[in-house]
Amino acid sequence: MGPDAKVAMTAPRLLHPGAWWLWAVALAACALRTTNPVLLCLIISVAGWVVVSRRADVPWSRSFASFLRLGTIVIVMRVAFQILFGVRVPGTTMFTIPEVTLPGWAAGVSLGGPVTIESLMAAVYQGLRLAAVLACFGAATSLCSPYRMLRALPTVLYEAGVAVTIAFTFAPQAIVSSRQVREARRLRGRSDRGVRAWTASALPVLEGALDRAVALAASMDSRGYGRRGSGSPAVRRRSIGLVLLGLVAIAVGSYGLLDPGAPALFRIPALALGAAALLGALIAGGKSTTRTRYRPDPWAAPEWIVSMAGLVAFGSFVIVGRMGSALSPSTNPLEVPAVPLIAVVGLLVGTLPAWFAPHPPTLASTSAPLVVAA
Amino acid sequence: MIRFEHVTITYPEATAPTLIDVSFEVPEGELCLVVGVTGSGKSTLLRAVNGLVPRFSGGVLAGSVVIDGRTTSEVAPRDLADVVGVVGQDPAAGFVTDYVEDELAYAMENLGVAPDVMRRRVEDILDLLGLHELRHRPLASLSGGQQQRVAIGSVLTAGPRVLVLDEPTSALDPAAAEEVIAALTRLVHDLGITVLIAEHRLERVVQYADRIVMVPGDGRPVVVGTPAEVFGESVVAPPVVELGRLAGWSPLPLSVRDARRVAGPLRDQLAAIDTAVFSRSPNSLGEVVAITDSLQASYGPVTALRGVDLEFRAGEVVALMGRNGAGKSTLLTHLVGLREPASGAVQVLGSQPHRLSARDVVRVAGLVPQDSGVLLYHDTVLAECSASDRDAGLAHGATRKVLDRIVPDIDPLTHPRDLSEGQRLGLALSIVLASEPPLLLLDEPTRGLDYGAKQRLVEVLAQLAADGHAVVIATHDVEVVAAVADRCIVLAEGEVVADGPARDVVVHSPVFAPQVAKVLAPLALLTVHEVELALAAASDSSYS
Repeated sequence: MGPDAKVAMTAPRLLHPGAWWLWAVALAACALRTTNPVLLCLIISVAGWVVVSRRADVPWSRSFASFLRLGTIVIVMRVAFQILFGVRVPGTTMFTIPEVTLPGWAAGVSLGGPVTIESLMAAVYQGLRLAAVLACFGAATSLCSPYRMLRALPTVLYEAGVAVTIAFTFAPQAIVSSRQVREARRLRGRSDRGVRAWTASALPVLEGALDRAVALAASMDSRGYGRRGSGSPAVRRRSIGLVLLGLVAIAVGSYGLLDPGAPALFRIPALALGAAALLGALIAGGKSTTRTRYRPDPWAAPEWIVSMAGLVAFGSFVIVGRMGSALSPSTNPLEVPAVPLIAVVGLLVGTLPAWFAPHPPTLASTSAPLVVAA
Repeated sequence: MIRFEHVTITYPEATAPTLIDVSFEVPEGELCLVVGVTGSGKSTLLRAVNGLVPRFSGGVLAGSVVIDGRTTSEVAPRDLADVVGVVGQDPAAGFVTDYVEDELAYAMENLGVAPDVMRRRVEDILDLLGLHELRHRPLASLSGGQQQRVAIGSVLTAGPRVLVLDEPTSALDPAAAEEVIAALTRLVHDLGITVLIAEHRLERVVQYADRIVMVPGDGRPVVVGTPAEVFGESVVAPPVVELGRLAGWSPLPLSVRDARRVAGPLRDQLAAIDTAVFSRSPNSLGEVVAITDSLQASYGPVTALRGVDLEFRAGEVVALMGRNGAGKSTLLTHLVGLREPASGAVQVLGSQPHRLSARDVVRVAGLVPQDSGVLLYHDTVLAECSASDRDAGLAHGATRKVLDRIVPDIDPLTHPRDLSEGQRLGLALSIVLASEPPLLLLDEPTRGLDYGAKQRLVEVLAQLAADGHAVVIATHDVEVVAAVADRCIVLAEGEVVADGPARDVVVHSPVFAPQVAKVLAPLALLTVHEVELALAAASDSSYS
């Protein structure tokens, strides 16, 4: 029995997209709760390690590197803004840039002045936190294509068809489009490096990505996506209303959970309301739309392991957050960030998908065998 | 089945309607071919069948499109999914999933087909289109022809009565195109599906069409009729029809088979002609411009080029042919330095293009990519031209001068998006040519061009070669190769399998031979123009 069970566990297949997204969102939530650079770097490495071990052989799977690059840009920008416009924090001055005296109406905004190492480190920590969130999002898009996520969405969301399609596929399409624009620039004899190249190609990249997303939406629509079921317009309106209410409540609730300063009402009660509204929409909408699944994605042991790994990591951050200030190390006075053991163990659990998620099918394993058994 | 009643379509911000007062009807079970010059509104007409125009494009549709008794203004495209299947120009842009089987099932999932029925229909379609070996493959790993067949299959599983295809073979090599056309005729004959298809390369489909809808553009009325009726006076016609007109055959032949049966006398008349006079002598070639030396290239685990040794000389037009995925585009991107060779070397005028800066590389080699529009991103033609001068460090107005030579009457304040396909290609070509690269590369330049625009391109390329450029075109279009290429290289699986004078390479190949060569075999004449010259020569010699 042993080997058979092992085969079932590791046979190449695609993991349920919900599991990957749950895991990635949990990691991103960890990142949002901390400014500890050691933990943030750990989160980025965990995401990267799992991506490298389990990405499929499809175009999106190479988007992780682009998200890392974007993260680097965010950090650099954050530091640059701190140097130019940041609030002056007293401390060890590294260098001073000429101060510009602004007119009275701009009081509160400072330009130039002494730049302290404390203020720079705070900027780096905050930039790193955003970079880590981007890395988690990048991991999710590399590990499971936006298309699969679209198909797994509950039927009621289909009412918002086109908007949802564009929202989900825009980032990956922009990555494809940016490669194309970079090549085109080189063919025209323009430099493909430097800040100017980046800014000048932004508009064509966005245009290209939007065109692709709209073409995709048109293709989906003409193949029956978001098709009107048998339900009456009143039923559909009610389910759309419930979906909107549910999404807003969940957004507020997640914000409340992530921001320790938010009122208590914005936490568990908001989440509960959102979940109830979505459930109601599912029941109401389920009656009005007729949709079936060809080979539905199973939710089996690997899916449980992957999603639980994410949740355990998040849980460990919640616990560490309750215990002390290790999640937000002080930058004024500057101190060496402590490394809370529980959070590290939690993140190590977060790497479990690198071993327990099934391998995605590879080109070699999906090509038809050339030799037919006699 | 499909009825257009006084349809006029105007896009937002357009000064004139794209289609004016179009009325026609396609009965059930017909294969109807939509033809017309580029930019005449063929795609608009096709996309109006299930209401994607105006719902996804914006604009106004006056009149009505009735399909299977339903008017598109009242029914959304998604609710017509079980009646009409639409396959767009770029199949990959319409894929909604990552794997073949999922893609085939997608429309049925939306229609709520029961799971066991779905399984059965997917099997049927896999067999019908010969896709069963690809069922578990990622869509991104398929070749162009395979992707096109999957795209057709993905709309067929919903069981539509009408299939609408926009240039289904434009990106395909001749063999893959045959594959797709064969699948379509099978659908028409075995299942009685009504097919509406737009195509520029008429030589590929015209013999299968029951009816032709000719969209002349410029607001003139559409012409509808049988192929023989329409091609009697049409400006767009496949080479075999042109040959028939030249030889005065009646009725006009539509297929190579028809033409060959009446071509006996013409062959006899031309038998004495020495075809060598049509080939340029190799002495007129200049110095070597580019060399590849056992060039290898790979994308991840896939090897795209395996030890390619080639030389390109000034003054020659080289056609690069081969299946989709044979390595043609890869070779071009290496020659222009977009990619670094995995091993081996590329030398253009003594330097390695991938080591050069962007500004220097455009002076030795220029590439017009497959979708030439990606080179353009300014608001007006004028802005494109001056940006190009600035980028390449040229004197002001240099690009404009080249443009005026290639596409003379172009309004400099037009938005590049509003240009016709041929004009846009001309603009992209001028931008690349402005810095006068000795090596000029074009990837699939004739995609989406009608016969007239192709003819102009052929003239421009011949002129460039005469001016001393080495011109390399990667193409599937055998008629263009026949018209312009001096030398033909065939790639297969990243290796050079044939390299020689174009006439020798294409004339006896069942796949690459142009229609005229097939009709007149064993004579080595490639184009209608050559036949014309040969006839003139024959009549001269008979008088003397």
